[in-house]
Amino acid sequence: MYNAGKIIPGLLIFLGLVTFPFWSNLGRAYDVPELVMPEAEEECVLAGDWMRANHMILLDDWRDLAVRDNKRLFTNDAGKRFDMSLTKTCLSSQCHANKDTFCDRCHDALAITPNCWDCHVVPTIGEE
Amino acid sequence: MAINRRTFLKAAGLTTLAGVAGHAAMELLTPGALEAARPESVGRFPEELTAKRWAMLIDTEKFTTAQTFQRCIDACHVLHNVPHIPGDKEIKWLWTDSFKHVFPDQQHDLIPEAIKNQPFLALCNHCDNPPCVRVCPTKATFKRDDGIVMMDMHRCIGCRYCMAGCPYGARSFNFWDPRPFIANIDPYYPTRMIGVVEKCTFCEDRLARGQIPACVEVSEGAMLFGDLDNQDSEVRRVLRERFSLRRKPSLGTKPHVFYLI
Repeated sequence: MYNAGKIIPGLLIFLGLVTFPFWSNLGRAYDVPELVMPEAEEECVLAGDWMRANHMILLDDWRDLAVRDNKRLFTNDAGKRFDMSLTKTCLSSQCHANKDTFCDRCHDALAITPNCWDCHVVPTIGEE
Repeated sequence: MAINRRTFLKAAGLTTLAGVAGHAAMELLTPGALEAARPESVGRFPEELTAKRWAMLIDTEKFTTAQTFQRCIDACHVLHNVPHIPGDKEIKWLWTDSFKHVFPDQQHDLIPEAIKNQPFLALCNHCDNPPCVRVCPTKATFKRDDGIVMMDMHRCIGCRYCMAGCPYGARSFNFWDPRPFIANIDPYYPTRMIGVVEKCTFCEDRLARGQIPACVEVSEGAMLFGDLDNQDSEVRRVLRERFSLRRKPSLGTKPHVFYLI
């Protein structure tokens, strides 16, 4: 091989950099964020496990149904009815009143910045 | 093993057939099983106000004082978190303008002074043939079955074609983040973000919960709202009895805001 003295070290450096996220986090455990659950409500609109993984899908569905199809009333499998609204239902003072200790803890830990709050207002924002 | 063209094409064809047939068979045997099956349902509030064709009437004779105009405009702008930005980058859902600007087709030299100098309320006309909807490249603005020309802020890319298309100037563009320009943010209505277009939505979110539009509610009878398709509705009765104007009728947009003269 021509120029092996340059190519092989170069390849090694390249592989090292590409795999940096993997080996730099080796052995470091992911701390599951401690979430503050609502006091007044026991049950989420759907099963908690499903919501933990898929709440963004539900919120996207709600968004499109409300804005484009004018359907704003959600009935869950237990027959309980909800206004399909992020601020009026999910973030209401009765439920996840504190966005910092619920939404943000996970999103921050996973380095996710959802753009919901560019427009939607956190109801408690005026009280802070 | 060497594979020749004939064997490859046979295998590819069979695989495709199996895929298509398998999906079709699943759909036949257990409909909907391939999509995530969820038992819950979505619907509408029982108290929702519905119509085949919503329309608004503005009784220009009852808008006599500046307070009447302001009350309606404030009700709308406070409820919908419309920012107050002075100058030519203003945002407006409901506003006033002069006779010659609101009704340029009706303009002539001998209009009574009183009418010439009187302000008129203006808002999105929720046209039957809305040019903004035709030009929107993302379907962010669309016409609902009940005639409301709706905005989906989530889809708006801020190209402003709709602003060029609208002959009534009913659309405003957010040149900046609007939040610093809103005196008191109502948390139960979203603000907008920089780079989207906004306008009146006939308070469609209030209609869905059984309330009439905010401006009509505070107008003390100076504005009416109802189903134009229903012969017995109040809007139809008033339109039968009073002379009314629509803005720029020659454009063929068929506005659904009527001005009682």
